[in-house]
Amino acid sequence: MTMAVRLLRQTTAFVEESGYAAALFIESLYWLLVGPRRRQPVRLRAVVAEMREVGVRAAPIVALLALANGIMMALQGIYTLKDFGAESEVIPMVALSVTREFAALIVGIVVAGRSGSAIAARIGSMAMAQEIDALRVMGINPVRYLVAPVLLALMIMVPLLTVLADAMAMLGGGLLCSLQLPVTLYAYFSGSFAELALSDVAQGLAKALVFAILIGLIACSNGFTARGGATGLGRQTTRSVVLCIAAIVISDVVFTFFLSR
Amino acid sequence: MSPQASTEALVQVRGLVAGYGDRVVLHGVDLDVVPGEIRVIMGGSGSGKSTLLRHLLGLRRPRQGRVALFGEDIARLDEAALDRLRQRIGVSFQGGALFNSMTVGENVAFPLREHTALDDRTIGIMVRMKLEVVGLGGCEHLMPSQLSGGMIKRAALARAIAMDPQLLFFDEPSAGLDPVVSAGLDELILQLRDSLGVAIVVVTHELESAFAIADSITVLDQGEVLLTDTAAAVRASSHPRIRALLDRTVAVRDLDDDAYVRRLTGMEPGS
Repeated sequence: MTMAVRLLRQTTAFVEESGYAAALFIESLYWLLVGPRRRQPVRLRAVVAEMREVGVRAAPIVALLALANGIMMALQGIYTLKDFGAESEVIPMVALSVTREFAALIVGIVVAGRSGSAIAARIGSMAMAQEIDALRVMGINPVRYLVAPVLLALMIMVPLLTVLADAMAMLGGGLLCSLQLPVTLYAYFSGSFAELALSDVAQGLAKALVFAILIGLIACSNGFTARGGATGLGRQTTRSVVLCIAAIVISDVVFTFFLSR
Repeated sequence: MSPQASTEALVQVRGLVAGYGDRVVLHGVDLDVVPGEIRVIMGGSGSGKSTLLRHLLGLRRPRQGRVALFGEDIARLDEAALDRLRQRIGVSFQGGALFNSMTVGENVAFPLREHTALDDRTIGIMVRMKLEVVGLGGCEHLMPSQLSGGMIKRAALARAIAMDPQLLFFDEPSAGLDPVVSAGLDELILQLRDSLGVAIVVVTHELESAFAIADSITVLDQGEVLLTDTAAAVRASSHPRIRALLDRTVAVRDLDDDAYVRRLTGMEPGS
C-alpha cells in the first residue's frame, strides 16, 4: 500500500469517527431535551451516579496534583524572576496561568485517564456481551441510557473539578510563597484576586467544558465500536485514553490561540 | 388489537435478502410464525440463522424484502413506534446478555422500571413472580456473575417475559449447557408456551432440543430455507442437505479442481 493511499484511508477513518462522535453528541442532547416528552427521560439518578463516579471520586487526586502543580509553578517562578528582582510577580503569574490553563488541563488529563478508559471499557464489554442489543430490543435507546447521563455528568463535574483545581493550585503557590517570600498567605490571596478578572476564570471553565465533551464522546464511541474479545477491548480502552489526552491538549492549544489574542 | 389480528402471523418475512459488505448471507428468506406456536429455526454454523434473528429483532435493516412483526413492517416504523412494538416482544440472548452491573432482580425489573409507571412494591412482586416462573425463586439478590450457565439463561428468560410479551425469541437456548440442564430449559420453554400462550421462535443448531420443543421447524442452510414443516416431517425428509444436518455427516463440498488450485496459489481467477 502506498503512503498516499494509507493517508487517504486514515483521513477517511478520522472523518468517519468524528462524524460518529458528533452524531452521539447531537443524539445525547436530543434525549436530554426531548426524552421526557417521549417518556424516555434521561434519569437523574443515573446522572448523579455518574457524577459521583467521574467527578467526586476524582476530586482527591485532582486536589493533590493541582496543589503540587501550584507549588512547582511558584518555585519555577521565583527562580526565574529572582534574576530580575521581580519575585513578587510570581503571584499574578501563578494566578493567571492556573486559572486560564493548568487547572483545566490537569483535570482534563486526570478525568481522561480515569473515566476515558472506564467508560470505554464499560460500554465495550456491554457491546460484546450483547447487552447493548438487549437494551435495543427492550425498546431502550442505548444513547439515552448510556451516553447522555455520563456526558451530562462530565459537563457538570469537569468544570467543578476545575474550580477545585484553581483553588488548590493557588493554595500550593501561596504556601510556597509564604515560606520563600516576605508575604503572608492572606496577602498572597488578596494579591491574586486583585489580578484575576472573571474572564480568566471563565476561560478555564470554558476549556473544561470542551474537555468534558471530548472525553465523553471519545470514550463512548470507542466503547461502542469495540470488537474482538478481550484483546479488542484492551486495545480500544488504551486508544480511548490516548485519543482523549491528545484531543484535550490539541484543543487546548487551539482554544488558547484564539482566546489570548 | 382487533380479533382478526390474533390469527394473523405474528412474524412475517418475505423475500429477505441480507448481507455484510459484498457477502450475501440470506438469499430471499420467507418465514411465518402464527400465535401460540413454537417455531425452531434450525441450521448449522454459517447458515445465516443468527443474521435472520438480528433482522427479526430489527437490529439490522433488510437489503431487500420485508420483515413484519404483528403485521407492521419494521423497516417503515419510526424509532418511537419501533420502541413501542419492541415492548411486545421478549428476547433471550445466547449468553444471556444480563446487565452485569445489576442484580438478577434489577435485571428483571429493568424493563418494568423503564416502560411502566408501576411503584416499587408492585415491581418487586412482579419480579419475584417472573423468577418463580423460571425456577429462580429467591435468587433476585444474586449478581449475574454468581449464576451458573443454566441459571443465566433462566434469568434472561425471566427478564424477557417481564413485560408479558406475545412473542418470545430465543437464541441458542442450549448452547454451552449440559444435556440435563438443557432438557430442563426445553421443558421450561414448553411450559411457558402453554401457560402464557406466547409464540416462541427458537434459533438453534441443537437437533435434540429442536425436536423436543418444536411445533414446526424451518431448516436454514447457506442462506436459504430448505424446508418448513412439522418436526416429524423434517425428521423424515430425504433432502440431502437436511439429511446431512440430521445424520451429522460431513457436508459434501462441491469439488472444483480449478477453484481449489486457485485458492491454494492465491491467484484470482483470470489473473
